[in-house]
Amino acid sequence: MWIIHWLEKIIENPEEMKKTKKFFLYFGIALVVIDVVIHIPSLHLVHIYFLWDWVPGFSSLYGFISTYLIIVISKWIGHAFLMKPENFYD
Amino acid sequence: MIDIWIHPGFLFFLAAAVLPFVKVQWKSIYKLAVPVLGFIALLIVPHGNHGVLPLLGQTEMIFGRVDKLSLVFGYVIAIATFIGMVFSLHVKNDKEHMAGLVYAGSALGTVFAGDLLTIFLFWEIMAFSSAMLIFYAPWKRAEEVGMRYLYVHIFGGLLLLAGIFIYVGNTGEIAFNAMPKEGIGPMLILSGFLLNAAVPPLSAWLPDAYPESTITGVVFMSALTTKTAVYVLLRGYAGTEILVPLGVFMALYGVVYAVIENDIRRLLAYHIISQVGYMVAGAGMGSEMAVNGATSHAFAHILYKGLLMMGMSSVILMTGLRKLTDLGGLYKYMPWTFMFYMVGGFAISGFPYFSGFVSKSMVISAASELHRPWVAMLLTLASAGTFLHTGLKLPYYVFFWKDWDQTKIKAVDPPKNMLWGMGLAAFACTFIGVFPEALYQALPFESDYHPYTWGHVIGAYQILLLTAVGFFMLLKKLDPTVTISMDTDWTYRKAIGGFLWFIKKPVVRYETFITEVYKKVLIEPVKKFSKIGWTVDTWVFDGLVNAAGWATLLESKISEMFDMHVIDASITKVPAMIGASARRLRKTQTGSIQNYIMVMVVGVVILAIASFIFY
Repeated sequence: MWIIHWLEKIIENPEEMKKTKKFFLYFGIALVVIDVVIHIPSLHLVHIYFLWDWVPGFSSLYGFISTYLIIVISKWIGHAFLMKPENFYD
Repeated sequence: MIDIWIHPGFLFFLAAAVLPFVKVQWKSIYKLAVPVLGFIALLIVPHGNHGVLPLLGQTEMIFGRVDKLSLVFGYVIAIATFIGMVFSLHVKNDKEHMAGLVYAGSALGTVFAGDLLTIFLFWEIMAFSSAMLIFYAPWKRAEEVGMRYLYVHIFGGLLLLAGIFIYVGNTGEIAFNAMPKEGIGPMLILSGFLLNAAVPPLSAWLPDAYPESTITGVVFMSALTTKTAVYVLLRGYAGTEILVPLGVFMALYGVVYAVIENDIRRLLAYHIISQVGYMVAGAGMGSEMAVNGATSHAFAHILYKGLLMMGMSSVILMTGLRKLTDLGGLYKYMPWTFMFYMVGGFAISGFPYFSGFVSKSMVISAASELHRPWVAMLLTLASAGTFLHTGLKLPYYVFFWKDWDQTKIKAVDPPKNMLWGMGLAAFACTFIGVFPEALYQALPFESDYHPYTWGHVIGAYQILLLTAVGFFMLLKKLDPTVTISMDTDWTYRKAIGGFLWFIKKPVVRYETFITEVYKKVLIEPVKKFSKIGWTVDTWVFDGLVNAAGWATLLESKISEMFDMHVIDASITKVPAMIGASARRLRKTQTGSIQNYIMVMVVGVVILAIASFIFY
């Protein structure tokens, strides 16, 4: 299957990996640029419910913060209380 | 009007009963035909109440309340049953398919029930038939987990039943429509529903049980119990404010556990809680858009969660391993499983043009329309978490991460029918994403919601991309650990163990102490006392007894003499006298009949004369 071969090429070749990373970087920049454009009020492309909906690129920021918080807080709660050895209930 | 209602649930029950008698070569077709027929039965049925059964002459049980809300749930249950059947065609144990059919049938029964008693009836069948899908699992723990699952659901059923009794007692009403939002009865019914919807702290049964069910049964498990609970919440408790914070909490709760979980199917099970959180919150908000959103999310969720579970079940079946710490690098060896899983991963994460996007965004938009920023923001955060572990963490650690040693365990894609099951679900997830109107027109309320706006699509891609960036930046932190996660089932697993320990340790020690005290205070003095008693006994009582014995002996000697010479003598003399008189009497016996007749005639004459004289 071509997708699998393509993935294999990316994973096993550091050059390809770099290219892929670069692609996603440009993709991200493009998204923010488009977000700035569609936030032009006269275009009426974005429905404003809350204050932060005015901010272009807010979703990027929020997505990153969310991920960071989820990982750090979950791991902290996990290590502090929830994660137990596998024979915990035996 | 002729009632053409064929209850799809009863159709499934009947099909389950007939299944063992179907010839082997017809079995596969039969298993696939049943859900198709059920689906057709739903397509042709007119709206309204069917299968109404008078109860005690006062009220009635409604087995078929057909409207848009019940139909859309009915459709997806039939579709999920079909996919589940395709996925499990290779399984030889008919009992698993029968349990699956009964389970799906009772879920349909709950969805089409118009009154509380009917709901309770199917609610219980659902609990027992689903437990079978755990009991049939090949691993050792299945029995223990199945029993625990059953106990929890019996408890939930009792909450429901108690609520129904109180509610019916107070109102005299058994119909199940929008319920009052206060009072003990409705609240007990609500808590019974919340248990099945896996709302914390009543949620631990789900991640406890689902990962232990059979390889194929998990498709039914992840589709039915929680989603019928969502249905009854939408039907009876839409607009109940408490459901909003509960739903948001659930969405985050599942995410936290999914980050730290090591068992692949348990991770997905925790994520069911998170996803059902959106639906519970939608039910709580109760606006038309929120109910639509919750319904469509339930619909989409059944398909993509089924797909994800099928993917991970395939991995377990083919490798025999179920922990992230043991897996990795499978993408080359199980390519189709990987691809289909990723479709499910994209769908649940809300990638545009997959089903999650068109349903999840509806719930979040409903929160925005109702000006509830916290709900919208926290549900968005939870959706980042969804992509984080269902779309990134789980596939990364199962399919990539490290090289798979094919010489140790040979991993290949699962049997064809399992791939077809996954393929069908993947198709459905994509189809709904590309043509959301197909789903929207089946929703309970008219909807002019458009998911594909510039704002939504660009926003969704931004969140997803930055979630992925965060994931790869913090990858080291996410590496799985060989641990299990403690949940509220601690109370009934460990606390009961603690109770047993209490019995074993302190109670036993207390008992030893008491025994010691008892010995010192009671037994020793009693022993001493009995020693004194023994002495008294030997010298006083025994003396008396002996004396009495001698007296008795003497007396018996005397009575023996009396016996021999007086009584025995009289006994031997009497027969001797009788014998002598008998010898004399014998001479009167002649043996001739005329003598006897003569005696009788004389006797009769004497009697006649006597009666004549005296009367």
